[in-house]
Amino acid sequence: MLSDIVETTAIDADGVRLETLPAFGRLNFRGRAGAVAAMSEAFGLALPEASCRAAIAGSRAALWLGPDEWLLLMLPTETDAVIAAAASALAGLPHSLVDISERQYALGLSGRLAATVLAGGNPLDFDLSTFPVGMCTRTIMGKAELAIWRTEPDRFHIEVWRSFAPYIRGFLREHMREFGA
Amino acid sequence: MLIIPCPHCGPRPELEFRYGGQAHIARPVDPSPLSDEEWASFLYSRDNERGIHAERWRHIHGCARFFNVVRDTTTDQILASYKTGEFRPEAV
Repeated sequence: MLSDIVETTAIDADGVRLETLPAFGRLNFRGRAGAVAAMSEAFGLALPEASCRAAIAGSRAALWLGPDEWLLLMLPTETDAVIAAAASALAGLPHSLVDISERQYALGLSGRLAATVLAGGNPLDFDLSTFPVGMCTRTIMGKAELAIWRTEPDRFHIEVWRSFAPYIRGFLREHMREFGA
Repeated sequence: MLIIPCPHCGPRPELEFRYGGQAHIARPVDPSPLSDEEWASFLYSRDNERGIHAERWRHIHGCARFFNVVRDTTTDQILASYKTGEFRPEAV
């Protein structure tokens, strides 16, 4: 259980809220152009070619992590069907498709001060002009790696490895204390 | 903090990167006829430039790809950044 390793209750402060997002199905996909086209078809969503961008369709999202690497998010109940569809669509094409649903955990950081709190532990520029809605990237927060995806102007989806989750949660809470958490 | 331009992700903070040593060192196609000195040279001998140096970096906490950078070791100014497999730009 996730709640065995990390608290899952939301943390509220003045202008910013940190919450645990519901469970996702997660696949890590790596492949070259031919495999990318086949995976896009199997997933029902064109994997973004532009660097550091995410695409959404219905309950599914594809996050560009590297020039041949994507994180695919979906409902947990859809994972098996996507893997099966990919297996037939990608037959004969070199690729890697790994189920990482349980490896990561998702945090939601929202509110007008969400970008300010993130900036407390990461040197990226979270201004909307340089980190627009739909941008996603792996980066580092304190000492732990995570992926940050801006889904709305004042809302971030954060993917963090389970074992780093208590650290990241505590790290963000420290920065939220300034705003009354 | 250095701002390093990743050819895939754009300018990023130094924290996201790992240094990967001197760039453009080709592994000998057929190592077996080499002398011990030649092999040791391939493995261990590196330039120690005071000035312009081509080197590999890895954007490990980003796109995770290796790439090449031309950097002035006296000023840390980065003069060029290009993908693995591309040639060093002639201008630098």
